[in-house]
Order: sequence, then structure tokens, then C-alpha cells
Amino acid sequence: MTRSASWSWETGSRTLADLGELRAVHREVHEPAVSPDGERLGVVVVRGDGAFAVAENGELWEPELERAWHLRYTPDGRLTALVRIDDMWTVAVDGEPWQRRFPFVWNTGFSADGRVIAAQVKEGMEYTLCVDGQLWDRSFLSLRSYALSADGRRAAALVQVEELAEADTEKFAQGTWSVAVDGEPWEQRFIGLWSPAISPDGEMVAVQARTDRFEYTIAVNGVPWESRFACVWEPSFRPGGAGPLAPARVGSTWRLMEEGEQLWATSFVQLWHLRFSPAGERAAAVVAPEWGRFTVAVDDRPWGCTFGDAVLPPVFSPDGKRVAATVGHRRRWTVAVDGQVWEESFDMAWMPVLGPGRGPVLAKVQRGGEYGLAVDGRLLSQRYELLWDPVLSPEGDKVLLRGVQGGKYVRRVVPTGELR
Amino acid sequence: MADLADMQVVDKGLEKAVAGLSEERIQEVIGSVLSQAVAGRLKLYLQTCVHCGLCAEACHTYVSRDKDPDFAPVAKVKDTLAVMLKKKGRVDAEFMKNAARVAFVECGGCRRCSMYCPFGIDIATMIMTVRRICSLLGVVPQYIQDTTNSHSATSNQMWVQPDDWIDTLIWQEEDAQLELPGLRIPLDKEGADVLYSVIAPEPKVMAQLIANMAVVMNVAGIDWTMSSADGWDNSNMAMFSGDLEIMGRIERVHWERALELRVKRMVMGECGHAYRGAVYDGPKWLGWQGPPLPMIHAVELYYDILREGRIEIVDKLTEPVTIQDPCNIVRGSGLHEKLRYVVAALCDNVVEMSPNHEHNYCCAAGGGVINCGPPWKLSRLKSIKVKAQQLGRTGASLCITPCHNCHHGIEDIIGHYQLHMRTSFILELLVKQMKMPEGVRG
Amino acid sequence: MYDFVRGPLVWIALLVFVSGLLLRLVWMVKTVRRDPTVLPAMTLRHSLRSIAHWLIPFGSRSMRTRPFFSAMSYAFHLCLLLLPVTVMAHSVEWQQSWGIRWWSLPPRVADGMTLLVILAGVLFLLRRVMSAEVRNVNTPLDLLILLIVLGPFATGFLAYHQWVDYQTIIVLHIVSGALWLITIPFTWLQHMFMFFFSRAFMGSEFGAVRNARDW
Ligand code: HEM
Ligand code: SF4
Ligand code: SF4
Repeated sequence: MTRSASWSWETGSRTLADLGELRAVHREVHEPAVSPDGERLGVVVVRGDGAFAVAENGELWEPELERAWHLRYTPDGRLTALVRIDDMWTVAVDGEPWQRRFPFVWNTGFSADGRVIAAQVKEGMEYTLCVDGQLWDRSFLSLRSYALSADGRRAAALVQVEELAEADTEKFAQGTWSVAVDGEPWEQRFIGLWSPAISPDGEMVAVQARTDRFEYTIAVNGVPWESRFACVWEPSFRPGGAGPLAPARVGSTWRLMEEGEQLWATSFVQLWHLRFSPAGERAAAVVAPEWGRFTVAVDDRPWGCTFGDAVLPPVFSPDGKRVAATVGHRRRWTVAVDGQVWEESFDMAWMPVLGPGRGPVLAKVQRGGEYGLAVDGRLLSQRYELLWDPVLSPEGDKVLLRGVQGGKYVRRVVPTGELR
Repeated sequence: MADLADMQVVDKGLEKAVAGLSEERIQEVIGSVLSQAVAGRLKLYLQTCVHCGLCAEACHTYVSRDKDPDFAPVAKVKDTLAVMLKKKGRVDAEFMKNAARVAFVECGGCRRCSMYCPFGIDIATMIMTVRRICSLLGVVPQYIQDTTNSHSATSNQMWVQPDDWIDTLIWQEEDAQLELPGLRIPLDKEGADVLYSVIAPEPKVMAQLIANMAVVMNVAGIDWTMSSADGWDNSNMAMFSGDLEIMGRIERVHWERALELRVKRMVMGECGHAYRGAVYDGPKWLGWQGPPLPMIHAVELYYDILREGRIEIVDKLTEPVTIQDPCNIVRGSGLHEKLRYVVAALCDNVVEMSPNHEHNYCCAAGGGVINCGPPWKLSRLKSIKVKAQQLGRTGASLCITPCHNCHHGIEDIIGHYQLHMRTSFILELLVKQMKMPEGVRG
Repeated sequence: MYDFVRGPLVWIALLVFVSGLLLRLVWMVKTVRRDPTVLPAMTLRHSLRSIAHWLIPFGSRSMRTRPFFSAMSYAFHLCLLLLPVTVMAHSVEWQQSWGIRWWSLPPRVADGMTLLVILAGVLFLLRRVMSAEVRNVNTPLDLLILLIVLGPFATGFLAYHQWVDYQTIIVLHIVSGALWLITIPFTWLQHMFMFFFSRAFMGSEFGAVRNARDW
């Protein structure tokens, strides 16, 4: 069952927080965050006495904070913040700081179900990962990025495992980096590693690996693919599939590789942001069929229209039948759906939101400094000071709108048919 | 005559690499680079060059080294790429070491010579191709290789750890609040108008520049943000070390961070090479014809906000001031007029160097030359006597350098040639001389 | 001998010149099209802007910094391009062979111009030998090319004044002229057409892409 099924889909609107009121009371009110179900708005405020606090739907969190930032809601709707108390940092969840305090903690990340919260940590002079308040057993010279498995039970991070003296280019070339999975580093050393990804079943960890100065490949559980490439981009796992897929550069063009073998027949000037349909049977990626022109290719077939500025990561509809992406051309932004570009363009457009079947495609957009909602290429008349991505109900018949108008945060549910 | 002292410089990066280099490998690498599409244009250039030597006088290294013919742009090509082509790559390791010195230390790719060659022959690109070949062979000066390694490992130029970066931002915000209460450095703000990016030496050694920019952004009322995540660094030494894969990778991180945050444009601090990397070389390698969002150099930002009256200058310098035109934003982007508009707003007594604008001489630090590090410092300074003379003739006591490389390079020149002068970024003057909101500063 | 050089040799030279030139152009277009980043960067406006600035006397700072050389180069090129088509003797040839009536230079003017070309050429030669930065990048071949360029003018000059045996010198004149044509596509003398393309690219690269001037 989709998580959103349990949310309130009763049509109508509710005002849940008043930023104007907060601004009147507090010295500073920062950028708010909104829970996925739209029921809560959290925001960092600086009180008159200079202390920081987090206000959720107008209510201040209990603890006194010297500093708070990076408000993020977990997918299951808990509010997290990075907070400083007594000159030490920690993660606070729904107002409860973790027991452990650190010299520094940052980059909170969540499992897909939201149950597990992780963050990068500095302890002493070393770096490690903290998962649900528990530190990994080992710490490292550096830890640069990490991934959590969908269920949050496994974590993989890029870690520096060999000391490197200043300007020691020789040692660097021998490999000083590894991947730590649940705190245990692989035996293998690499010159460079990027973008860890964990397979849906949590069994495989794949990364982009630089195996020599000018040699790249994908390494899976420590074992590099046999083939080497001029460059690679991030690996990803197909739902229900086996090994990872990744774009790789051969000569001066890019190809899509699956477990080291070429999958799509076409080579592109660029190929990145591979995405899969929810069931995994289709794949789409941003490609450049020729230099300076970008589009989306679905299962190796590029759309007919191309764009000069950029095409952002594509997104599939829940049934996997449609693909849409934000596209930029001549400094204007809009959305293209299955190769059809929307008529109107905007100062900026966010990731399109698609429902099942033939329902409308929605996107949050920005024009003239204000936010609005575009539906199938038409900008609706409502304007917002702030707006979050719209959410479609599981059946696709209703839309959850989360926006700030006149300083007030309003949660609205509207039948899709009434979007005007 | 090449400089004997330069030939004796011991650079660990070069020595070690050439020790293990086979001629087969050299031939293979040269062959593969010169068979690529870009090499075609270079061959055409080599066939067109009439060997007239008119480009010689254009190069600061030639002029500074008492017209040593080996420092003429055409000679640098003759001694490197032309030989590789003629011998079909059959050159030895010693040759490569020499080529690396010429390509990394004796040419900064400033492109001035292309404005003096009657055919507009693109010497700089040919030299960059030599660097590419050197890089593929691992024959790269140690220090610039180290910065490239840092880009590879950390996405930033100076091995800045993520916590240090964020901590610096927080600390600079707190510092700047002393100047301007209520000031903020909004982090990761989606949908902001501007993403501001800097080069890694700022958090490392010149963090106050971040606070300064925060003051300007806040007073000018710009809807801006900075990134707490990778992509905050716009510098790109991999572009100059010949590691195009890392160059492309970090430009991707840089631009994708801006796209993720859905900002409308990127503003960058006073740096020249970073502009080049973000606007030309990076996007080009990645398949973009230009950057995916507009990139606004700090000079353009200052120009816009001054012209629109969003900040006001209340105090002007009266001392004689001169301006260094950074190659990458002047020859590289035509910002010289805007630069002068901004400087005129801040200084009453501007004494121009001659020649200037697009015809300026490079500072000899850019193009990765300064990044080749201490072993080559003396060589670099010998190659830039002409700038010392130019600066000296102005009689200015301050040289405005809207580029990190120029800034550092000219500081070195001032020290070495004992000029009575100091350098400054525009930003440093701007925050001191602009009007602060009512009741903030007496 | 005279008949051969006047007939087939001239034809062969012309053929080599034209086909060599075409070959060069085809190769250039191929080369440029292989690199997808070249053509999108080019604009007609910036191409012409750059070519114009570098064709107009003293239109670039580079030329202004060395007035004497630039003036010489202009005189050299102007005379060099004008003479072959406008010398009286050539015009007579044109008329006899093709029936084309052509304007021609007064012989004395042509004679002066020829001298100028030779003089400039000798100065260029000296420069290539004496100036360290030029000598450094010149090989004997470069000097030979320069001599080949001067050949037709030197022999033409001698032929006009008839100081030496006319028959011999006219053969030498035609041979050197043929050599001239043959050399152009295969040496840096190809700059006579590459000039326009390399300037067009750099003009665009500076102007259209980088918003700066290149002169
Ligand atoms: C439209 C045609 C031509 C153009 C635009 C052109 C342009 C140039 C330019 C820009 C230079 C560079 C140096 C200087 O300014 O002297 C040059 C040099 C030279 N050109 Fe030309 N050229 C043309 C035709 C020719 C022809 C047909 C020849 C002889 C076959 C020739 C022989 C030379 C020589 C010998 C030099 C070298 C001068 C030196 O020693 O510095 N050019 N040309
Ligand atoms: S340093 Fe500048 S002027 Fe000198 S050769 Fe290199 S690009 Fe040309
Ligand atoms: S000025 Fe141009 S044609 Fe003359 S030697 Fe230099 S690169 Fe060659």
C-alpha cells in the first residue's frame, strides 16, 4: 500500500501555520519545510534573545538551541534538524536530540520508508557514519558520501582508508579510498570513488571506481567490472533486476552498460540520470544525441525534441507508461511529457508529478518571483509565496497542495478535475 | 636558449613519471590524442602558420625574458606539439619532460598571442593539448597534480572536508552578523534567485571574503543561497592539468547542484579560471554548448547592483589605483568595461596600465602556472618582469585584482620585484566603502 | 622548351593549384565537421568583423605595434596579388590566348611594384635570418618557400628589362610562376585562403563565444 493512502484526502483547505505571526514574534524566520502529508510545517526561528528554535505548526520545540539548520522531514513525516547544543552538534528528531553529541554532524539521510535516519559525523579528527544514533565501529580519515538501502538496514559510504601526506601524488595514485559497508571497508583500494548505490535487496553495493589515472569502471561489492572505460557515471539498480547499470564513456561518446555489457545500441554525446519505471521494465535517461542538444531517451529511443540548456532527471508515472522531465531551453524552463513540450514556459520548473493512467501532469513552477502550479502546461491563477511539489492521491483523483499564501501555510486537497 | 635554471628544477611529479615511461607508451598516447576530432583544427593551424614570429612580442614570458626566442609562442609549439606530429609520436621520455615544462610552466594559455598572430592561430589550445598528452602519460608537475587529486577525491581544490566547509559558512555568517545584524547566508535554499559559488582557497585561507560577499548580497537584497553540499567549489585545476575527465566530473557536480536547487543563475566570486571552467571548458566537455544556467561573474554582479543603485558607495579611495584585467574574464568574457565602471565607483584616481583591456598581459599565475607550486615560483617570476614594469610605471599604490590567480600572482610580483604596492579584490573595497543600512555602522 | 612551359606546364601548374586547393578545402571541411563544437560557435558577423579588422591596414593593434613591417607586408601582398593579373605582358597574353581584354598597369608602375615585392621579400628573408625569434622557428625550407615566392618577380623584372637573354629568362619566369602555383596548396603559402577560415573561427571564438575583440 502506498504510504499516502493513509493521509487525509478529504477535499478542502486547512490553515496550519502562520509565518507572519512567527515573523512578528521572532527576530528571524528561516526557510520552512513541510511534511510529505502536508500536515505540518517546520521552520527554524531565531528568538529575540538570539537562541535558535524550531517551530512546528507554530509550536516551539522544547530544547534551547545555539543553532539549528537543515530541517528535513523523513518520508514517514518526522521532522529532523541539525542542532548545536553546548557547542556540540547532533540530530534532533521531532524535538528530541539524539543522546550522542559530536564535534560535527551533517547530511542527514533517510531510508525509503523513513524509519532509519543516518548522518555523517566527525569524531575526534576522524569521520564516520551515524545510523539511528548508533556510530559505526570504525572511523576514517574522511567520509564523503553514503547511501542507505531501501529498508535502511545497510549503509555504504566512501571512505579514505590510507593516510596521505601533503602533495603525495604517488601514494594517491596507488589508491587511498575504499567503500565501507556497515562500517567495514572493502579490502580493495581505489584512486577515486563516487556515488555508492545499494541494490533493492540490500545485497549489492555498486560505485563508480577510478582504477587508474584514466581508467574508470563500476565496482560491485569490491569487484570491478572487467571492462574499463574513459569515464563512468553513477550506477543504479533496476527494480527486480540483477546487477547495476551505468553510463560509460568509450572514446568520446557515452553508452549505457549493464554489468559491463553494452545495453542500449546507441552511443550518445552525453548520457546520464538513468531512471527506471516502478516495476523496472523500462529505463529512461537524459541523453545528448548531438553536441549541445539534450533530451530523454526511453529504452534507447530518444524523444524527437531536444533542448539546449538542460534536461533534468526524467520521472516515470506510477504505472510506468509515461515519462516526463523538466527541460530548459534558451533560459526558459518547462516540462516535456513523452516528447511533447508544454506550451507555456517559466522562470523555473520543478520535477513533474504524474499520476496513474491518463491523468494530468502537474509541476510546481516559478514566474516573476512567485510560485504557481502548472497543469498540463497551463499555469493556474493561484500564486504562492512558497509552494511544495503537489502530491497526487493513490488513485490520482485528488491533489494535495501545500503552499504559503499571505504568510499563512495552507494545506489543500482538490479534486483533480477542479484544477483551474 | 631555454633557461638553464628552469631545466634544472627538480619536480617530483615530472622526474618520477619520466623514469618509468616507455617510448611505445608515449607513441600510443600521442597517437590517440592526435587522432581525436579536436586535433584536426590544430593540424590546420600548424599548416597555416607562416613562421613569421609575430606572436613573440605578445607573450609576457618572451618579453620578460629579454626576448629569449624559446619563449615565443610559436617556438613553444615548435618544440612540443609540432615535433610530436612530425615524428608521429616517436619521442622519448626526456622530450616529454621538456614538453611538460614548456606546456605547464612557460605557457598559461592566456590566449594573448592569438590576438597578435595575423591568422589568430590558437596557440593556447595547442599547448593545452600538450598538457593533455602529458597528463595521460602522468608527466604532470607534482603540485598541480595534487590539486587535481583533490578535485578527484573531494570535488574541491584544497582537500576541504565537508564539515570544515559548512563550519566555515556558519562561522562567516556569525562574523558578518557583527557587521550587519540579521544578515544570513541561506544554505541550500531551493528556488533562490542566485547560487553563490567560490573557489576552495576561500574557505581554506580567505574565509572573510565569504562574509564580505554575504554583506553585499544582504545589503543589495539579493535572494541568494550557498550550497552546503559538494558543488560549492567552482575552481577547476583538472582543466589545466590535462585531466579532462575530472574536469568534466567536477563541473557536472557544480552545475547539477545549481539545477537541483532550481536557482535562476549562478554567481561566482572574483576568479578567472573558474569562470572559464564553468562557462566554457567544462560544459563543452559535458556536451553543453554553454552553461545550463547563466553564470554571473562577481564583476558583473557588482556592476549590476551599483548601476541599479542597490548598493551605494559613500567613500572613495583617492590614492592612485591600477587595475589588472584578468585574462579569463576580459579576453575571456569582455568584462573590462564593467570592471572599470565598478572601479570608478570606488576609486577617484585610476591609473591604467598599458596595454590594457583585452590587450593586457597575463599575471603569469593563471592557467595553472602558479599551481605548479614552489619548484617553479622563481621561473614564473622571471617570466613576468613585464608586468612588474607595467605596474611600476603606473605609480599606483594599489592594484585591483578581480581574480584569485591574479591576486596571488601579483602579490608575488610585488614581493619579488619590490614594488610599493598592495593588491585587493574589489569585494574588500566594496564592503568598506559602501553605505550600510541605517543605524548599522557609525 | 618555351612551347612546353607556355603550354602544358602552365596547365599542369594551374591544375595542381586548383585541385590542391580544392583538396585542402575538402579536408578542412571534413576536419572541422568531425569536431562538433566548431561550427555552432561560429557566426558570420563575428567572422567578417575579424577578417575586416585584419585586412584593413593597421586595423589591429598587432599591426600598429610594428608599422614598418605591416606597411611592408601590405605593399608586398598588394603588389604580389595585383601584378600577376595586371602586368601589361600578362594582359597581352590574356588577350592573345583568350581574347579577354583586361586593364593593365603602366609598365613603369608595374616595374616599381615588382621591385617593391623583391625588396620586401629580401627584407622578410633577412628578418627570418637575423631576428632570433624568427630564425628559431625557420627551417631552410621556409627560406626556400620565400625564394619561390620571389622567383617570378625576380625573373619578371629581368625579363622586362631584357638584361639577360630574353628567351631563357622568360622560360625561367614561367617555370618559377608554375612553381609558385604548385607550392601554394602544399606549404604555408596556403595561408592565402586559410587566413579567412582561421580568422573566422578565432573571430567567432573571441566575439560570439567570449564577448571580446580579437584585434
Ligand atoms: C588573400 C591572400 C593573402 C592573404 C590574406 C595573406 C595574408 C598574410 C598574412 C596575414 C601574413 C602574415 C605576416 C604578414 O603580415 O606579412 C602573410 C605573410 C606572408 N605571405 Fe601572405 N597572404 C595572402 C596571399 C599570399 C600569397 C599569394 C603569397 C605568395 C605566394 C603570400 C606570401 C606571403 C609570404 C612570403 C609571407 C611571409 C612574410 C614574412 O616573411 O614575414 N601571401 N600573408
Ligand atoms: S602564455 Fe599566453 S601569450 Fe604566451 S604562449 Fe601561452 S597563450 Fe600565448
Ligand atoms: S604569428 Fe601566427 S603565423 Fe606567425 S609564427 Fe606566430 S603563430 Fe605562426
